[in-house]
Amino acid sequence: MKSVGRELTRVDAYGKVTGEARYTADLEPKGILHAKVLHSEIANGKVKSFDIAEAMKVPGVVKIVTCFDTPDCQFPTAGHPWSVEKAHQDICDRKILNERVRFYSDDIAAVVAEDEVAAARALKLIKVEYEEYEPIVTVEKALDAGATPLHEDIRKDNVIAHSHMIMGGPDFTFEKAVSEAEARFGKENIEVIDRTYDTPRISHCHLELPVSWAYVDANGKITITSSTQIPHIVRLCTAMALGVPAGRVRIIKPYIGGGFGNKQDVLYEPLNAFLSMQVGGRPVRLEISREETISCTRTRHAIEGRCRALFTKDGRLLARKLEAYANNGAYASHGHAICANCGTVFKDLYADEMGSEVDCITVYTSSPTAGAMRAYGIPQSVWFTECLTDDICAVTGEDPCDFRMKNCMREGFVDPGTKIPFITYGLKKCIEEGRRYIKWDEKRAAYKDQKGHIRRGVGMAIFCYKTGVYPISLETASCRMVLNQDGSMQLVMGATEIGQGADTVFTQMASETTGISCGNIYIVSTQDTDVTPFDTGAYASRQTYVSGKACKKCGELLKARILEYARYMLANEVSDISKTVYAETVREAKNRLKESFGITDDEDIKTELIDLEEDCIVMAKEGAAFSDRRLFALSVLADTAFHSLDRSQHITAEVTSHCKENTFASGCCFADIEVDMPLGKVTVKDIVNVHDSGILINPKLAEAQVHGGMSMGLGYGLSEELLIDEETGRPLNGNLLDYKIPTAMDTPKLHVKFIQLNDPSGPYGNKALGEPPAIPVAPAIRNAILNATGVAMNEAPMTAERLVKAFKEAKLI
Amino acid sequence: MFDIKSFYEAADVNDAVRALREDKDAILISGGTDVLIKLREGKGAGVALVSIHNIRELKEIGMDSCGDITVGAGASFSDVTNNEIIKKYINILGEAADTVGGPQIRNVGTVGGNVCNGATSADTASVLWSMDADVMLCGSEGRREVPICEFYEGPGKTVRRHDEVCTGFRIRKSEYEDFSGHYIKFGKRNAMEIATLGCVARVKLSEDKKFIEEARLAFGVAGPTPVRCRKAEEALRGMSISDPEIYERFAEAGLTEVDPRSSWRASKEFRLQLISELSKRALREALLKSGAAPCTVADIPYGPEGSTGICEEPAKAATGGGEISA
Amino acid sequence: MLKIIHMNVNGKDVELAVDERESLLDTLRNRLGLTSVKKGCEVGECGACTVLVEGKAIDSCIYLSMWADGKKIMTVEGLKGPDGDLSPIQRAFIEEAAVQCGFCTPGLIMSAVEIVGTGKKYNREELKKLISGHLCRCTGYENILNAMERIVEETYKVCGE
Repeated sequence: MKSVGRELTRVDAYGKVTGEARYTADLEPKGILHAKVLHSEIANGKVKSFDIAEAMKVPGVVKIVTCFDTPDCQFPTAGHPWSVEKAHQDICDRKILNERVRFYSDDIAAVVAEDEVAAARALKLIKVEYEEYEPIVTVEKALDAGATPLHEDIRKDNVIAHSHMIMGGPDFTFEKAVSEAEARFGKENIEVIDRTYDTPRISHCHLELPVSWAYVDANGKITITSSTQIPHIVRLCTAMALGVPAGRVRIIKPYIGGGFGNKQDVLYEPLNAFLSMQVGGRPVRLEISREETISCTRTRHAIEGRCRALFTKDGRLLARKLEAYANNGAYASHGHAICANCGTVFKDLYADEMGSEVDCITVYTSSPTAGAMRAYGIPQSVWFTECLTDDICAVTGEDPCDFRMKNCMREGFVDPGTKIPFITYGLKKCIEEGRRYIKWDEKRAAYKDQKGHIRRGVGMAIFCYKTGVYPISLETASCRMVLNQDGSMQLVMGATEIGQGADTVFTQMASETTGISCGNIYIVSTQDTDVTPFDTGAYASRQTYVSGKACKKCGELLKARILEYARYMLANEVSDISKTVYAETVREAKNRLKESFGITDDEDIKTELIDLEEDCIVMAKEGAAFSDRRLFALSVLADTAFHSLDRSQHITAEVTSHCKENTFASGCCFADIEVDMPLGKVTVKDIVNVHDSGILINPKLAEAQVHGGMSMGLGYGLSEELLIDEETGRPLNGNLLDYKIPTAMDTPKLHVKFIQLNDPSGPYGNKALGEPPAIPVAPAIRNAILNATGVAMNEAPMTAERLVKAFKEAKLI
Repeated sequence: MFDIKSFYEAADVNDAVRALREDKDAILISGGTDVLIKLREGKGAGVALVSIHNIRELKEIGMDSCGDITVGAGASFSDVTNNEIIKKYINILGEAADTVGGPQIRNVGTVGGNVCNGATSADTASVLWSMDADVMLCGSEGRREVPICEFYEGPGKTVRRHDEVCTGFRIRKSEYEDFSGHYIKFGKRNAMEIATLGCVARVKLSEDKKFIEEARLAFGVAGPTPVRCRKAEEALRGMSISDPEIYERFAEAGLTEVDPRSSWRASKEFRLQLISELSKRALREALLKSGAAPCTVADIPYGPEGSTGICEEPAKAATGGGEISA
Repeated sequence: MLKIIHMNVNGKDVELAVDERESLLDTLRNRLGLTSVKKGCEVGECGACTVLVEGKAIDSCIYLSMWADGKKIMTVEGLKGPDGDLSPIQRAFIEEAAVQCGFCTPGLIMSAVEIVGTGKKYNREELKKLISGHLCRCTGYENILNAMERIVEETYKVCGE
């Protein structure tokens, strides 16, 4: 039986199309109290005092807490596995409510009321007195010598971290490479280009808001139901924030309506818990509005990249350098991890002959906090590399696809710093596939020397992506399997379903390994830290890989236990089993088994002779038809194992898989666009993503996931950017009307192709797919615009206004 | 839940007028797609709502014996788009209504609300401006009609008095008969959008369909209120539809009559570019819909490099009215 | 203040005391337990709360419950057959893998009910416009449109125009 590779219908689809799947807000008890957060109306400063007298008079107000009432505990929020090494611990730089205001809309107080209107009215009546400092919204301002430190106690210069990485020998510097190249190739034969590319601050825009509700249970457990990707991490961080032991906190994660990394952070769970504790443990809901979600949770980092490239005029890439400045906003969240990741891929993606150098600087500013978002710094990195590559080709006149085939990262690549290997190398196959699909060569020829105000162009971009976080961070996952009386199974994963299809692919994996059919596997979708085994959660592109290993290991263990029981049944058919209703079935099975393998009466039945397939105990005989090998149904075994008077055993398995492997995935995007220059309007006529993600567990869901990533990439390239007023730090477009994610009318037909290579490090030959689709789309469009018009856009998103300005400067309109 | 003091569903227009007169803090609500959003933002929290949501007479669209068309203020955008009279005589209004928000908003939001908000970006407003529609009001002091161009006092401000209900819009026969027109909404995306710029061009040709007898040009978001460009309209009078010069004249005159501002949404420079470009494109589309032979309609000149690229089909990117391609 | 309203919700007449400040979203979720009606933005931008009022899709977050008095309301809960069988629209969404996180799904299905109910044939571009009042961040709309195309086609074959 093959379960992996099948297009199994999502296991949660029925619940989702009927509206029966319960999300966090759908589970609230009646009579719950409503809480709302008071956000600062300055971007940098300090709360001096509150006057809550008027607010307390609002009928229905139960409690008001301010930053002067919350525990004096600084805690981290990143959805990273906690580190027991001091140097690798996330930065503890915030409290549940903050007296020191670090961005516009910082959390400074909260109201609990009988209903939401009362809470909202009270919020408006709270008077706040501030001490104000100048907002430092941009990286440039935050790095100014006289800039106010946002976290005086932690970073006096507002720099969270600065890292420097090189490839090409211990002494490599870009400058040295240039002088060496001049000597080696002759000054006239080389070129250096120096460009600065910009990426926008992005909002995740998961449809479900990060809502939570909390109460204190009768046993003292502080229980929070939350829309989170990382329940176990939320438990730990909430405990740190409250100053209580982790065991006192319980997190329940039901179905969640998307996360994309925003919910890979501890958001408002600690505050929610605190508020419940302040009202005697009564249930309190804390629903964060869309506007608050955009401004006060997390964003994708705006990273500016100064990029330099050294190359020969005949198209050999010699060296590159990146200086990346990441605007991290008010709090560290994931800290430097994202900008550093951006730098790593910048150097890895191409095989610079001499070497490459990256400087990554992550800076605190008084703006919304940046954290994890789908592909974790790599959309920025690949915007840099892919703009740069096409700009190199604009100088040399070489075909950008040929240039990439020649200079991109090679088969057998191993990152010299992390030692992460590119085990199955599909990058060039992806490029070839995309090139063929889009008819690259014909179109590049056809689109030469266009005239007119509407032009066509074709462009491409490539990427690579690490599957999990090992060895930078811990990779651990757990799984539990429990056999039921009828031979079906509960599958309990620590890993979380967030819409990506995890529950479905784990069901397929469990089936593949155990031999229990998908229809007989009931996956428990809810993670409850009191019940669910430990997993760090949904992030990176790790779950099918890392948690998949746990699922496989657990399946092997469960199956071994089942087969051992089957062996016992077959061996004891004349004694223990003979008294049961299954006596005849088992005796008959044993006889067939003995006959088939030629086993004599004095020989023991060994487990090697039997297997579990399609919910049946079968003979382990390759080649024979299933009907000939079938011994008896698993339900016979399960019933016996549960209820046998001789040997009752609840067959279960639970494992932890500590993953110490990692591998690169890769791929590309090719886009064919039309640009209407006088209006700056870009229309995507055809687009394809090609992915090297190993073996697909469920091709249909994999394709669907790529569609979503491509859509996100289109928004990144053309329309999305969260704007912050530089003077005041106020978000300008923090709502779904003004923050432009693509609608159906903005989305072209999306094409997807896969190069499936069996990666031996993956549990089923699989590697990263979740995040990569979002990476290459924006730069592919950018390069297509370059092809169409000769205009190189350096800043994403390429809005109509930016394009018109650029076309005017180029005198095209 | 919305923070309101009270809610009153009026039985008819007079009942609504009475309710407004009795409460100086009451505000009128029709479709609610703007009012409720503002309430949620905290603007006007605690007010009393007087609803005209269910008043049937306000939803009517009809034609009187003189051929003037009245559009009830309570007609939803989708009512307008799907109405047979609108489709037959002033389809451009239906097309503009069909660019508002998304389908769910269009099923509830009303033309009256669109205009009475006083927003320059209202898609139906600029079309009504181009038609010199009259705004029909009913208040304590009786009924009156105000030309729409005099209805607006500034951003978000109109001459509608506190106790007046806008009952509808009158479009005279002379303002639509023999006209063809085109509305282009330019936004940052193709749906769920507030116009970065809205452009209406309408034309009435000579009987032989060769000359422009009358032209109309109006914009949304080209100033604090919708704008009518009468100089541009004059500039086209009597010109041949085959003369490529019409486009430049139309756009250039139009540019002298607008006053767009810079905001984070778009700069003044970009809006001016849109005003110029969209007025040309809307004019061409209006001419193509006029019944003149398409080959007689001049192409928009695009400088020495000519207007033809290598693309196989004409650009649809900004034809508005939901005809926008992906 | 509580007011009594009468609605027909998913085929059943209900008499309900509602706070006149309530949105239809609030009433359907909190008083009738129809939690398929999702809250995603509260300003009519995302479409997650879409329900049918008199057969027309509306954003229930910006629709006062008081207006629903005397009207027919339909939510996804009303689509399931008496034996738990799914409507062809729901089946198409499942089979075309149009569901991911599922938060936009009930609202989109309600728009699909309105669209399919017209009995008209729509091409993909028209369908894009008809669902443009729904934001989805997971699917890129691709499989949603595939499901819609399929169901529109199937319905047209059976009913014609």
